[in-house]
Amino acid sequence: MTASAPVGNALDAPGALVGGAQTAHVVGPPLWLLLELTYRCPLHCVFCYNPTDFANTGPELTTADWIRVLREARALGAVQLGLSGGEPLARDDLEEIVGEAHRLGFYINLITSGIGMTEARIKALKAAGLDHIQLSFQDSTREMNDFLSSTRTFELKVKVAQLIRAHDYPMVLNVVLHRLNIDHVEEILVMAERMGAQYVELANTQYYGWAWLNRDQLLPSRAQLQRAETATRRFRERVGAAMQIYFVVPDYFETRPKACMSGLGSVFLAIAPDGTALPCHAARMLPGLEFPNVRATDIGAIWYESQAFNRFRGDAWMKEPCRSCPEKAKDFGGCRCQAYLLTGDADNADPVCDLSPHHELVTAAVARAERVAGAREQVLTFRDHRVSIPVVIEEKRT
Amino acid sequence: MSDALNDIPLTARPAIARGMRLQWEPAQEAHVLLYPEGMVKLNGSAGQIMSRCDGVRTITDIVADLERTYNQSGLTADVVAFVALAVQRHWLEARP
Ligand code: SF4
Repeated sequence: MTASAPVGNALDAPGALVGGAQTAHVVGPPLWLLLELTYRCPLHCVFCYNPTDFANTGPELTTADWIRVLREARALGAVQLGLSGGEPLARDDLEEIVGEAHRLGFYINLITSGIGMTEARIKALKAAGLDHIQLSFQDSTREMNDFLSSTRTFELKVKVAQLIRAHDYPMVLNVVLHRLNIDHVEEILVMAERMGAQYVELANTQYYGWAWLNRDQLLPSRAQLQRAETATRRFRERVGAAMQIYFVVPDYFETRPKACMSGLGSVFLAIAPDGTALPCHAARMLPGLEFPNVRATDIGAIWYESQAFNRFRGDAWMKEPCRSCPEKAKDFGGCRCQAYLLTGDADNADPVCDLSPHHELVTAAVARAERVAGAREQVLTFRDHRVSIPVVIEEKRT
Repeated sequence: MSDALNDIPLTARPAIARGMRLQWEPAQEAHVLLYPEGMVKLNGSAGQIMSRCDGVRTITDIVADLERTYNQSGLTADVVAFVALAVQRHWLEARP
């Protein structure tokens, strides 16, 4: 399950039952298409991974553009479709896009905060062929505070949860955890139960975009993490099979990186609201990549021929220790964005890996989190059109 | 997990779990099972079994249909084992 994007964070490699894993030299189709339909969003999220300079992106694609993207991608073999944003319900052509995607044979998952969902819209979406809805907490400080204190945000989520269940969708809730809400895991789960959630994903923030700028305020301490895991375990024992809970530990606490996107250019294709094609929704930050735009280039050329999508295919780009590491086929050296943000070089091993010579940057961040945990006043950067700041790179230590 | 294998009665009417979709993908020449963040590419027999799981037919019906279609016998144990695995993975719901 994902965060949304997005939230859906972890992408399973497809092909579990009969394999189908591709080798480094064979480029398979873009099985997984994510359309970020709009940057418009009624919320201002501290962890939002939309680009921090999002106010500078161009105009959104038209309905006809999105439909052309769907047709071209489907013809190449794309089959999974995620619709996210921003808040995808902010587009009033969402039903039309879903309808065309369904006719083409996509499995369609909508990732929404629920804001803008009504009886009429969910009916129309269902009729258009929407397969699945993930109700997400796009914000986890303001919105979560509202939610936990049972104000209108909770009422909204409950109302949307009822709509979701009434239209015979599984009720899937995504919550992004970080230091400021992780101590409330038990309350969050109780609320989820009251909403009739059948699946709950508790994913820890990934530190890109806005979350990167706020990392020192968002990274939980080890003790917080352990308490949250214990609370989750207790809750699981109590509710049994009635609710499935996935708890995703932040990778900063790991010693091996995640197999991010199953390797860039392997299965995943994201299209930003302005038509920019990305091998990962966070990849815009990576230097030296020329991202094609669907307004000028068809999906086949983007996927198979563009520099951005070929740059990290295979393993020729890797540096040591990944290059000669037997685990490279399993984790592809981890996350390129994380490697770049922390070490300044996207070709390095993801420093989450304890074989990385930069692993110390991750342990230092965790140590800083331990020191500041408990501090009451934290300054957070809320996502806002008025402050649009380019991503900064962590200073390299020598 | 092996207990679950014996828990599925032959009268159960397995159905594709809610939120999932089974479809034939010409590009992959296989049945695939789709869910929000993943996809399972099924092998031939798994695809043949799952495409018959419509929530109406019982396991007995499905076995009979498969045995007739492929001119075989003794498929019950394989079908039950597959359905149990699929239920455990939340691909199928076994309705009574
Ligand atoms: S050295 Fe590179 S390939 Fe090896 S485990 Fe670490 S990140 Fe993965």
